[in-house]
Amino acid sequence: MRLVDTGNHVAAWGARLARVEVVSAYPITPQTQVIEEISRFIDEGEMDCEYIPVESEHSAMAAMIGSAAMGVRSFSATSAHGLAYMHELLHWAAGIRLPMVMVNVNRALGPGWNIWCDHQDTLAARDTGWIQLYCASHQEVLDTVIQAFRISEDLKVILPVMVCYDAIFISHSYMQVEVPDQDKVDRFLPPFRSLWKLDLDYPLTHGSVIYPDDYEEVRFSMFKGLDNARKVIERAAEEYRDIVGDFHGGMVETYRTEDADCALVAMGSMASECKMAVEELRDKGYRCGLVRVRSYRPFPIAELRELLSPMRSVMVIDRSVSFGLEGALFSEVKAAIYGHGDATVYNLITGLGGRDVRYDLIAEKTADALEGKLAPESSWPSLRLNEHHLVSKRGLEGYWKKEGVL
Amino acid sequence: MRLRDFPEEELFLQGSAACQGCPGSAALRVAFKALGRETILCVIASCTSVLQSPFPVSALNLPTLNMAFATGGATASGLSAAADRLVASGAFKEKPTILVWAGDGGTYDIGIQALSGAAERNTDFIYVCYNNEAYSNTGTQRSGATPYAAWTTNTTKGKDEWRKDIAQIMVAHGVPYVATASLAYPTDMYRKFAKAKEIKGTRYIEIQAPCPPGWKFPSSHTIKVARLAVQSGMWMLYEHEGGKTAYTAGTQRIIQGQSKLLPVEEYLQAQGRFRHLFSPEKDEMRIAEIQGRISHIFDTLQFTHKMKEHIMDIELAPPR
Repeated sequence: MRLVDTGNHVAAWGARLARVEVVSAYPITPQTQVIEEISRFIDEGEMDCEYIPVESEHSAMAAMIGSAAMGVRSFSATSAHGLAYMHELLHWAAGIRLPMVMVNVNRALGPGWNIWCDHQDTLAARDTGWIQLYCASHQEVLDTVIQAFRISEDLKVILPVMVCYDAIFISHSYMQVEVPDQDKVDRFLPPFRSLWKLDLDYPLTHGSVIYPDDYEEVRFSMFKGLDNARKVIERAAEEYRDIVGDFHGGMVETYRTEDADCALVAMGSMASECKMAVEELRDKGYRCGLVRVRSYRPFPIAELRELLSPMRSVMVIDRSVSFGLEGALFSEVKAAIYGHGDATVYNLITGLGGRDVRYDLIAEKTADALEGKLAPESSWPSLRLNEHHLVSKRGLEGYWKKEGVL
Repeated sequence: MRLRDFPEEELFLQGSAACQGCPGSAALRVAFKALGRETILCVIASCTSVLQSPFPVSALNLPTLNMAFATGGATASGLSAAADRLVASGAFKEKPTILVWAGDGGTYDIGIQALSGAAERNTDFIYVCYNNEAYSNTGTQRSGATPYAAWTTNTTKGKDEWRKDIAQIMVAHGVPYVATASLAYPTDMYRKFAKAKEIKGTRYIEIQAPCPPGWKFPSSHTIKVARLAVQSGMWMLYEHEGGKTAYTAGTQRIIQGQSKLLPVEEYLQAQGRFRHLFSPEKDEMRIAEIQGRISHIFDTLQFTHKMKEHIMDIELAPPR
């Protein structure tokens, strides 16, 4: 079936096709349409599922932990402040080793209030033990939600998965998608079978106090689970291609990297813009390609080493900031390829809070880098500072002017 | 139900890490006996997180999920929704009882949002607050349940505020069953759990749980202090269903005039946490304030009770 719909509605279709049995969620712009659509599916009898309309995101995740612990396939959706609010329980879900899938619509955090896209929300949840997959298109959102359950429930993994896609650019725009047949999805995704569940015949206590003698081993098993997920993500993507037909890459997606000596590295919908930047750069005679990081956790270390070691230059585009350092993706790309090849790595921090980033800006800055006109440190190419942005006009204006910022 | 008729099966096992005289473990024992094996337990961060004993052993012989502090009601909603699915799919013959076990900190303060949400949705579960009137697990800090004038580690001259009444807040939610219980009246407590088990929807049971180290009394006095609380009117026993409140056990006897309301001083003097009300000199004003509140409540209840009897007499009197 072909559908022209929003990224949010498409995510709801993913949950429906995965035969999710419990959904608990709280509305937050720009995620709201996901749960509205699921609620409509249930009301119209198209989806056999319990929907728990909770009173907060903290409770949404608590309810999901409860239902997953009973051995029932569970789903939720959130965004930005909602994700921040449930942060405590993100640790709980991963630490207690429960498979579940949640979509997060990547939105900027306040203040000031901003409902548009950036990746600060999920990158702040980076070290919670969740697998994080980033989507670049509507079709990928649908397919990834289904794949995510397969990954999450794999007995070598048993960890929750977050499917991330960009606010407004994907969540609220309409695109054509191919909705796979239910029987194909059923063939790809077997019924939920958990490693453990609350069992009346075998009453165990889960999540109790644990002393230093055992805690480190529990953390190590999570570390291994995420490590094992690399292969499982690749295999899920390949089997999905074999059964359903779509393929968006495994740990990474590449575009024209075969003969390239310069690579752009990005995540999410920005990568689509980067494909056009690659074309623009190639028109100008630069041999550029794109590596889109699809799985941010686990991080594609081996893939990046292999792909980026022959490169002369690497341009990392971050849609978030690690304050006091640089772009988070930039740091990690550098760390991954350290000692492998001798590419100079550049960083653009851009597109925060939904600011439009055009392919020609990326192409222009990349060309600058290749011509040696850009320092290999973080730069903010779309920044437009003026006096309205001063924290205190009296205190900072003179200083900023002296520093040449204004 | 008499004490000797309680089921012999122990679902709260030996080897717990509870303090001597712990009211929490005593309450768990009675509750488990009343609810039986077909129960899924969710323990919210509290003394019970510790007293169940650390990994890899456990004193809880029920499938148990330990959960974060603010999640009692919400986790129950997930457990209950999933249990409904498992009944529908045939994995469960009957729906097990979903039991959430939380302290007063996890109920009165950080957990009230999730509890209120679950009550509004009428989630099918039993919520138990065992109320030791402080954050006892953390070493006795004030909570929303700490009574007026009580010492805690962060109310060293006695708490300035009165406790809030969560049981009445739950009554205001319109849930099918709300009850209070006391360790000194185990048959009353057992009956309330057994009754709650048969009801669908959100059931709330609050147990007053005098804590020997936190309240500063000898560990052999837990039941004695619990009984004094009821006899002095500092803790009231009742159950609320169908829009009506019925007082039970010790509280009922006081209202009906079968036993006397003890002066609150007797209860306060039994515990170190109120010592500053008696030494170096007696704080007549604060004691009178506490006594005044209790006396007012019981005067009203006793008056209403007498009026009801009187009205009943008139109605039931045969025509002449």
